[in-house]
Amino acid sequence: MSHNTEVLDQKTLWGGGGSPFKVSYGKLMIWFFLISDALTFSGLLCSYGFMRHKFTDTWPSANEVFVHFPFMGDAHIPLLYVGLMTFILILSSVTMVLAVEAGHRRSRKEVQIWLFLTILGGFFFLFSQVWEWSHFIHGTEAGAIKDIIVDGEWVTQRIHGANLHYNEYGNVLFGDFFFFITGFHGFHVFSGVMINIIILIKVMKGHMDKTGHYEMVEKTGLYWHFVDLVWVFVFTFFYLV
Amino acid sequence: MERDDQIEYSLYISHTEEEGKILRKRLWKVFWILLAVTIFEVGMGYMFAGNAEYKTMLMYTFIVLTIVKAGYIVLIFMHLGDEMSYLRRIILIPYCFFIAYLLFIAITEANFTFDIGWILG
Repeated sequence: MSHNTEVLDQKTLWGGGGSPFKVSYGKLMIWFFLISDALTFSGLLCSYGFMRHKFTDTWPSANEVFVHFPFMGDAHIPLLYVGLMTFILILSSVTMVLAVEAGHRRSRKEVQIWLFLTILGGFFFLFSQVWEWSHFIHGTEAGAIKDIIVDGEWVTQRIHGANLHYNEYGNVLFGDFFFFITGFHGFHVFSGVMINIIILIKVMKGHMDKTGHYEMVEKTGLYWHFVDLVWVFVFTFFYLV
Repeated sequence: MERDDQIEYSLYISHTEEEGKILRKRLWKVFWILLAVTIFEVGMGYMFAGNAEYKTMLMYTFIVLTIVKAGYIVLIFMHLGDEMSYLRRIILIPYCFFIAYLLFIAITEANFTFDIGWILG
């Protein structure tokens, strides 16, 4: 329509030639990825809530399942360990956002320090989760007597801990959802740590100074915060509620 | 090759030393808030473990606090609060809409199957 000469008001309408949201392509796309990932986790947590609501009478309370703390032997300390894990993840989220902030000032040294601390926190969290899983799988010494399926037949026997087939503490589905959701989240943490390591190496080699900006740190930061965000919900719905 | 993907489009790609000081202060403040909320949650969970009387009230408190924490993480740590309002809306509104729908379906269905379980014994 060449005869249409109306001029767009550039302040109110997007006239092309730039990003409509004033963010780069990569940042917008990582946000879209995070939305889809958030929907996946929401679906998992929702199905968990569904089953928990349905089998509420056999559902174990997390306060009676996760009661151990390192170097405290068999002392009954609910929630504290997972509270510590949450603290570590929040702390690593802060160090990540401080790395992003340092990147905005083009301070390579500070970015390296904060990124390194973030990676450390990520590893700490991962090992904590391994410790927690191992306690859950091995269970208590006393165990519990349950009806389980062995070779296609129901057998009553004493079992210890939990896996995908049986659960000492209560409903089998509790274990299934625990392994799947914390496992899926743990894998996110693992890949986040790996991505952070790659970015740290790139920062150390000076790639970000060559491109003139530290936006890559910001993008991985978004992913890392998302992992923290998911944990906030997992923490509430698995351990607190 | 000249890059055109972000240098002039990104709003918050760089800031000065003074701005950084204010930003860092805000970030640490959010950290202390998140930490306080987490400690409060763990403390409440510890104190009222297995106490059926407060269970429902506690559950709603935890859910509200979780949403508060999530808000701080998304808006401050992920800088969504600093982005354009259109971007913020395009990310948050569809997501919240789907989740409200999903929760409605899940709770309705779970109530139904729970009732059926009682009827069938």
